[in-house]
Amino acid sequence: MVLGIPDFWIWSVFVLCFLSTALCVVYGLINWNKGGEEEPKQIEEAKSWEEKEEIVTEEKGL
Amino acid sequence: MLFKIIATVIYLAVLSFLAYSGFKGTKNASDYLVGGRQIHPIIMALSYGATFISTSAIVGFGGNAGLFGMSLLWLTFLNIFVGVFIAFVVFGKRTRKMGHNLDAHTFPELMGLRFRSKFIQGFSSILIFLVMPIYTAAVLKGGVEFMATTFNLSYDVTLFFLILILAVFVSVGGMKGVMYGDAFQAVIMFVGMAALVLVVYIKLGGIVSANEKLTALASNASAMDQMAGKTPAGFQGWTSMPAFNSPLWWTVVSSIVMGVGIGVLAQPQLVVRFMTVKSNRELNRAVVSGGVFILFMTGAAFAVGALSNVLFYEKYGQLSVTFAGKADRIIPSLITEFMPSWFSTIFMLALLAAALSTLTSLFHAIGTSFGRDFFEKTLGWKKNSVIVTRLGVVIAILITAVLAFVAERVEETDGVIVMGTSIFFGLCGAAFLPTYVGALYFKSLSRKAAISSVVTGAFVNLFWVFFIQAKSAKLLLLCNAIFGKDNLLIGTGIEKLTMVDSIVIALPVSVIVIVVVGLLTRKQADHAHVDACFSGIK
Repeated sequence: MVLGIPDFWIWSVFVLCFLSTALCVVYGLINWNKGGEEEPKQIEEAKSWEEKEEIVTEEKGL
Repeated sequence: MLFKIIATVIYLAVLSFLAYSGFKGTKNASDYLVGGRQIHPIIMALSYGATFISTSAIVGFGGNAGLFGMSLLWLTFLNIFVGVFIAFVVFGKRTRKMGHNLDAHTFPELMGLRFRSKFIQGFSSILIFLVMPIYTAAVLKGGVEFMATTFNLSYDVTLFFLILILAVFVSVGGMKGVMYGDAFQAVIMFVGMAALVLVVYIKLGGIVSANEKLTALASNASAMDQMAGKTPAGFQGWTSMPAFNSPLWWTVVSSIVMGVGIGVLAQPQLVVRFMTVKSNRELNRAVVSGGVFILFMTGAAFAVGALSNVLFYEKYGQLSVTFAGKADRIIPSLITEFMPSWFSTIFMLALLAAALSTLTSLFHAIGTSFGRDFFEKTLGWKKNSVIVTRLGVVIAILITAVLAFVAERVEETDGVIVMGTSIFFGLCGAAFLPTYVGALYFKSLSRKAAISSVVTGAFVNLFWVFFIQAKSAKLLLLCNAIFGKDNLLIGTGIEKLTMVDSIVIALPVSVIVIVVVGLLTRKQADHAHVDACFSGIK
């Protein structure tokens, strides 16, 4: 009996729910500032797409 | 009642303000479709969570946990581990980058551009446009029923007003309005569910004591007598798994846990959210709030649903399903019987928020499938995609409204919410998941392999749902109309297969097709195009 639950498959999933949440929190905190390196380049690309899209829209008179 | 009305009016006013902010911030198609790819990570995570979790998860599946017990927590585990961690870290980052490389704005567009196939984009968009309204109508029906009961209004009047609010909100606000609204609603949902699970565990003397009481209930002969005939065979108590290979085991494991838990990875309305953030950093940050949010949604709903049996039995000598009448009424009955009245207002808003946040996102996804994917990209209709998409949203809302209107008039509607959810999640898993994984991870995967897998997965899944799977085939009536029996395997030696959920059959078939056709056609991939797709992806 763990946490008042006799069945291994139920208490283990009860614990797994908390562990998987902890995994999400720990992973997110460790990598909090990682992955933003390409940001300036991508913003520039997105801007040029938006401009292109607006020109296309204007040409069509929409 | 006055407090309820005031709270609802304030809630709707905030939503309207957010829709207006979305409208003001929507300058082009990119804003309308993917929020200009500049959405804040917390807004993205909360929006993903609020879209993922609907009234279906809380009332439908929570009520099922009251009946079947804590075995449903396996779905919570998959929701967090697969639905958040794997989805964000493994799939999300590649989806975001590839979506950016290809300038894709919707899930069908991403698939279509990756394989340079208008067919994939068109077929996926038609599938979404035709099948998503079933799930949407199930969620809408749940929301309308709940509001109608709360405010003592008729079902049809409530449906009309809710549809009006939704139509304005989604068609005007676009993705920004939808995601701002989602985040606001996620906060209400979090407060409601966190308070609920805390109050229930405190009332029952803490986690261990509450679980022990629930375990003890299964040894109580009079309690177990009340369970007779309430579940498929195989029930062994609320803190035990159903007997292996029993009908209940198949229901819980294949339909609920696998069907919903894995199908979530390829949901168009969720995948598109990865394309709304500007870098992987936002996804890393979003994992934190996403994981905690889901634990407090389905984890709380399933634990509380199961524990409600102890509360009802201690007070009335009845199990929750006996007291409430049916599974879908367990959670609302728990709120009315055991929570203070102010709490029922917060919970009412939490449920309304859960319904509306999912609905707005589904309407947005159906509308974009119709406007952007089908008319603009597949048929090459060169009109302003925002206008066509807005039209698509309105049509989607009307179709859903008609379905929800009809659903209320169908005699047997018990469990329809859970079934509608499983069908849609299963279809997405079988039709889209293998191709989605292939698109992100296998450079040499050919267009033919992708098309074969999407089409086979969709058709095998729909065939199973309409003609084989006992519960759905019986309710959908098509099998009976054509063949005069509830399902094709009834009375045959392999009738046991009718308990198996469609995803358990259709997903492996779809995987086998993509692997076999992929191997046969692996030299057909266009390397220059593939390199452009995978640019910057390690």
